[in-house]
Amino acid sequence: VSPRIDRRVQPLGWDEAADLDKPPATIPEAAETAVPAELRERIEALMSRYPDRRSAALPALDAAQRVHGWCSPEAIAQVAAVMRVTPAYLSSVATFYDMLRTEPFGRRYVYVCTSVACHLRNAKAVYDAISDEAREQGLEDCDLREFECLGACDMAPMASIDGRYVGPLDPSDAPELVAALRENREVLPGRGLTDRGFELPWHEQGAAPPALPDGPPTPPDPSPA
Amino acid sequence: VSETLETRVLTANFDVANLDLIHVYESTGGYRSARKAALEMTQDEVLEQLESSGLRGRGGAGFSMGKKASFIPKGSMDKFLCCNADESEPGTFKDRLLMQRNPHLLIEGVIIGAIAAGANRAFIFIRGEYSAQADILDRAVEEAYGEGYLGEGVFGSDIQVELVVHRGQGAYICGEESALLDALEGKRGNPRLKPPFPANQGLYQGPTLINNVETLCNAPIIIEKGAEWYRQFGVGASTGTKVVSVSGNVQRPGNYEVELGVTAREIVYGLAGGPLPGREIKCWFPGGSSAPVLLPEDLDLPYTFESMAEAGSMLGSGAIIVVDDSVPIVGVALRLAEFYRHESCGKCVPCREGTNWTVKMLERLDRGEATPMDIEIVAGVQENIIGNCLCVLGDSMAMPIGSMIKHFRPEFERHIMEARERADQAAAVGEFSAVELAASPYAGPGVG
Repeated sequence: VSPRIDRRVQPLGWDEAADLDKPPATIPEAAETAVPAELRERIEALMSRYPDRRSAALPALDAAQRVHGWCSPEAIAQVAAVMRVTPAYLSSVATFYDMLRTEPFGRRYVYVCTSVACHLRNAKAVYDAISDEAREQGLEDCDLREFECLGACDMAPMASIDGRYVGPLDPSDAPELVAALRENREVLPGRGLTDRGFELPWHEQGAAPPALPDGPPTPPDPSPA
Repeated sequence: VSETLETRVLTANFDVANLDLIHVYESTGGYRSARKAALEMTQDEVLEQLESSGLRGRGGAGFSMGKKASFIPKGSMDKFLCCNADESEPGTFKDRLLMQRNPHLLIEGVIIGAIAAGANRAFIFIRGEYSAQADILDRAVEEAYGEGYLGEGVFGSDIQVELVVHRGQGAYICGEESALLDALEGKRGNPRLKPPFPANQGLYQGPTLINNVETLCNAPIIIEKGAEWYRQFGVGASTGTKVVSVSGNVQRPGNYEVELGVTAREIVYGLAGGPLPGREIKCWFPGGSSAPVLLPEDLDLPYTFESMAEAGSMLGSGAIIVVDDSVPIVGVALRLAEFYRHESCGKCVPCREGTNWTVKMLERLDRGEATPMDIEIVAGVQENIIGNCLCVLGDSMAMPIGSMIKHFRPEFERHIMEARERADQAAAVGEFSAVELAASPYAGPGVG
């Protein structure tokens, strides 16, 4: 493999030859597939919300991911057995969406937005600081990655921690952010978008204009971690 | 900061505490419009009000909402209303604010939209990243069901409106209406070939009306105060107010509701505080990252659908991203191209390959491996994407990058020459190979 190709971004099983003699996976037998009762109920409730049960594919995979930590072959088989669809169909869906993971990355997630509007406010430096800190402190079971626009450019640079938006961030917030994640504490209390009384610093009464880091933002890395 | 520049219509009650609770919302006059539409007005009267208000879609295309609703065929089949809350356009965060602060306004808008289209089933497709907002909506929907404002016989009429909040799982393309329908049907979010348009064959092959969150939030106000009252805001064919998201290199990024027709300068300088001291505006995106960039002298144009189109750009989702002179334009172009490469669904070749080529070429340009001739090739690729795909995702990259090359060609050329000099110096001391090898042509942010 050429060293220019980043192996990490290839889908699981990319290098394995397909077994052409193997019959395609069929819908798993409901009787032979053990599904946690809670997950089954959740998926059945989801299916009942739509005129077509297949509409529940996305929320059902999300529910299974919450149980298994990722869309593992086992998780997909369980969803397939309850929804009566083939595992291949669910794999095709799971591989399309950013928030469904087909490889184990961790149960918690930290998405650091580095899209255009955050890029202009030095988001890359924030991401680098958090990822350095995560390595240093040995943060485990956490899916830390750069993410495309999270729709919170007013609090840029920002990150989504299990769906809780925190910002505006500075590289100096990284040690506290990672430490709080490791110790399962609330991350940067009071600085979450949905926290009670949250206001952007420059929208508070009599606020001074915010200080931004000097100099141009770090140019985008052509090979993000 | 001048408070008078803001015209608060949608966001009028946003300072009221606990507005997301149904009784608080009703104490501010909430659900009166939906009740009126359900009990006192016919479907045609609702349609007439929406159409004559001149309300145009706030999601990007700017099509008349009333007209769009009138395209839905009559008849007793299942009809659908989808609210597009998959707000993923870089720079746009207005729907997030509306849903978080005032979820019942959206639900009321959905009820009115459903009455206008004759739809009995409604869905709010919200992006999965907005999980806090989705939870707020879930609670609000439950409250509305509890009061009998949703479900069978809304407000005691014979109208049925079922509403489900559906969460996406992270894909920008699902903001495209036909891809949104596929995602809602539980498939990969690939755009469909049009025609047939969703008005005839949309969700589950049934007639479907798709509207943006902000568009639907305007409907209760139009029904309550009347189309004539609503038309007093705005200029020409751009009526009403717009929640503008201002981001990037300004002092006070945020959402500001303004009357359409104020100048962009008033929004960027008056409300958002302008660039930081000592910096100058280099260029700005008037309508999200998909809009071709405009120059500082265009800031005096009125902020309307028409004047932005005349200036060669678009109002789009109403998101202004300001870029100041400290930022290299090549870096912005590269970051933009990386976004669209990552989000391209891969169905159409010009978009899938074109976004990838653009990223590779801009990276090469940044590494000092390009010559000024390569600018022509980048520009040529953009031209070959526009208009050649099923949806406009590819165009959304091609148009802004094309406009950057048009406006900033000398800077691109200077960037190439400087990068080449840097690379030559690095090669002279034998440094570049590690950088060269680490650069992956396939890796995008968050790929995998």
